[in-house]
Amino acid sequence: MSPQDRFSFARLNAMIVKEFVQIRRDTLTFGMMVGIPLLQLLLFGFAINSDPKHLPTAVRDADHGTMGRAVVAAMQASKYFEITVLPETEAEVETILAEGQAQFVVTVPVDFSRRVLRGERPALLVEADATDPAATANALNALEKLAGGAVSRDLVGPFAGLRQGAAPFDLRVHRRYNPEGETAFNIVPGLMGVVLTMTMVIMTCLAVTRERERGTMEALLAMPLKPIEVMLGKILPYIVIGYIQVVFIMVTAKLVFAVPMVGSLWLLSVVTVIFITANLAVGFTFSTIAANQLQAVEMGFFFFLPSILLSGFMFPFRGMPAWAQVMGEILPLTHFLRIVRGILLKGNGAGEILSDLGALLAFLVVVCSVAIRRYRMTLD
Amino acid sequence: MTAAISVTGLTKRFSGRTVVDAIDLDVAEGQIMGFLGPNGSGKTTTIRMLCGLLRVDAGEGTCLGLDIREQTAAIKRQAGYMTQRFSLYEDMTVLENLDFTARVHGVPERRARVAEAVERMGLGDRGKQLAGQLSGGWKQRLALAACILHKPRLLLLDEPTAGVDPQARRDFWDRIHDFAADGMTVLVSTHYMDEAERCHAIAYIAYGRLVARGTVEQVTAASGLSAAAVRGHGGPGLVDRLKALPSVETTTSFGTVIHVAGHDGAALSADLETLAEQGVLTWVPEAPNLEDAFIHLMAGSHDNFAGTAS
Repeated sequence: MSPQDRFSFARLNAMIVKEFVQIRRDTLTFGMMVGIPLLQLLLFGFAINSDPKHLPTAVRDADHGTMGRAVVAAMQASKYFEITVLPETEAEVETILAEGQAQFVVTVPVDFSRRVLRGERPALLVEADATDPAATANALNALEKLAGGAVSRDLVGPFAGLRQGAAPFDLRVHRRYNPEGETAFNIVPGLMGVVLTMTMVIMTCLAVTRERERGTMEALLAMPLKPIEVMLGKILPYIVIGYIQVVFIMVTAKLVFAVPMVGSLWLLSVVTVIFITANLAVGFTFSTIAANQLQAVEMGFFFFLPSILLSGFMFPFRGMPAWAQVMGEILPLTHFLRIVRGILLKGNGAGEILSDLGALLAFLVVVCSVAIRRYRMTLD
Repeated sequence: MTAAISVTGLTKRFSGRTVVDAIDLDVAEGQIMGFLGPNGSGKTTTIRMLCGLLRVDAGEGTCLGLDIREQTAAIKRQAGYMTQRFSLYEDMTVLENLDFTARVHGVPERRARVAEAVERMGLGDRGKQLAGQLSGGWKQRLALAACILHKPRLLLLDEPTAGVDPQARRDFWDRIHDFAADGMTVLVSTHYMDEAERCHAIAYIAYGRLVARGTVEQVTAASGLSAAAVRGHGGPGLVDRLKALPSVETTTSFGTVIHVAGHDGAALSADLETLAEQGVLTWVPEAPNLEDAFIHLMAGSHDNFAGTAS
């Protein structure tokens, strides 16, 4: 074996030096290598909380007596519940749950206090929005535990006997929209939004950077095409592809997971088009920044990571600190998830999804205008 | 004759570096204008400004009577631009590429026109081949076919024959002359002297500045060079001896013949004669060629790009 055939540290060193030179040149990739772990640390360390507390709770107190107030006070003391709304009528309760204004509604019936004292064990109704079972499970557990002790302090004198045995009232918990607490009912419709976010952003981003990387952008720019024509031409085919994904997921959701589909599928289709377009516009905007296809994928991932973690797909949205919720509110996936779950599980109509739809549209308009502004007609 | 291209003071800067510096260019309609200059001299940048791919930093002018600053969209509709690097879709077939280009340009009777272009370029058997699988010469033909589909009045060709074999280059130039005969104006950049000699006029650009223009004869005459063909009588180092002569500015070896050129014709004759008398060589005067002129022009231009990375 001649000396040239042996392993050479000099040659290895040449390779290593070259590799570092190239890593340093691609500043975006280098930034991602630092940025992604940092983002993950922040999100997993500070934003994500699988034991959400301070869940918004509505109380409809028709009794206005001491016992009802005692239960509500005990709930608040548990830190799981935070009273945010005081509805008056049954209709208001329905709207609050449908629009997701509150996670729980406590209904204290008329004469609740008096009937507790009479030992009649009246019903106390707690309705939970169980579309995301994970968000409500711990709170409901805590509720069962505190129910008995909640009113015992008020049972004095002749009523002290009621402290023994079962709770002096009948706590009835209704898990609305998903009574069995099936996590699949929550995950599968949500997955539709996640899959669309992942594929649509990266697809368009690649479609445009590919033109630049292969040099075909120059010929494209030399042709009489307007930016809007290029942009729509890049976006529309992927709307079709996105739709095929949606149909596939919906059919699987129905046939394999038996996900309930209560609301209007037409309404869902319209919202889905808006959501797909919003993601495609994000991809198009990224493509005006990314220099090559690798960077396009990296940027797609950088968008995907907070989308999946902060949208309420993986972890309860209400468990996150305020800053994370604000970030989540910006992301289109957050609003799409609420709409999809609302339409499929709650049977929401156009009225109930209006605010989330508005947020989606606002996102779309902002991103599209950025994309158009950034897309250059020239090679400078 | 009306001017197809008429620009003055055309300037382009990239992050403070002047890449194209106040170029004046006039190309008459139906003319083939050769655009020459060393690599990185600003030829591609100039062509890109003419067809609206780059914004003009200073200067003004018209392309096909349209303002190069304001009416780029209209220029794009009437000009055909063939990029230096193959810029059609390699994952699409020859026909798919041509069909796409024709659609974008809104060519009437698209199918007939695509068929016509395929016929004219001899691409008939390759219509269903992927563009990426074509060899260099065929890619060049396809690119040209795509450029002329919309019957442009002006063709901008950026080093169209780079890496193409001599036969394909010859065919290509025959076609260019056909187009010019039909009234199309052609601006073509090249590094080949034989191609330059097939142009009606040439423009030579070095380090972003236009340093010579006119017909081949005018440019060579304007260089003021004298030249000679030298044949050595054996003995090594003749080229070095010639180079050492103060009157000799350039030497080019063609097999056994060495072509020399220099500014001072009298001194050149005298020096060569001295060597001839020593029995080292024989020589005959000959006309300076375009290459002599260019090497001379290059040597006289200041490299204002040196030291900055590109």
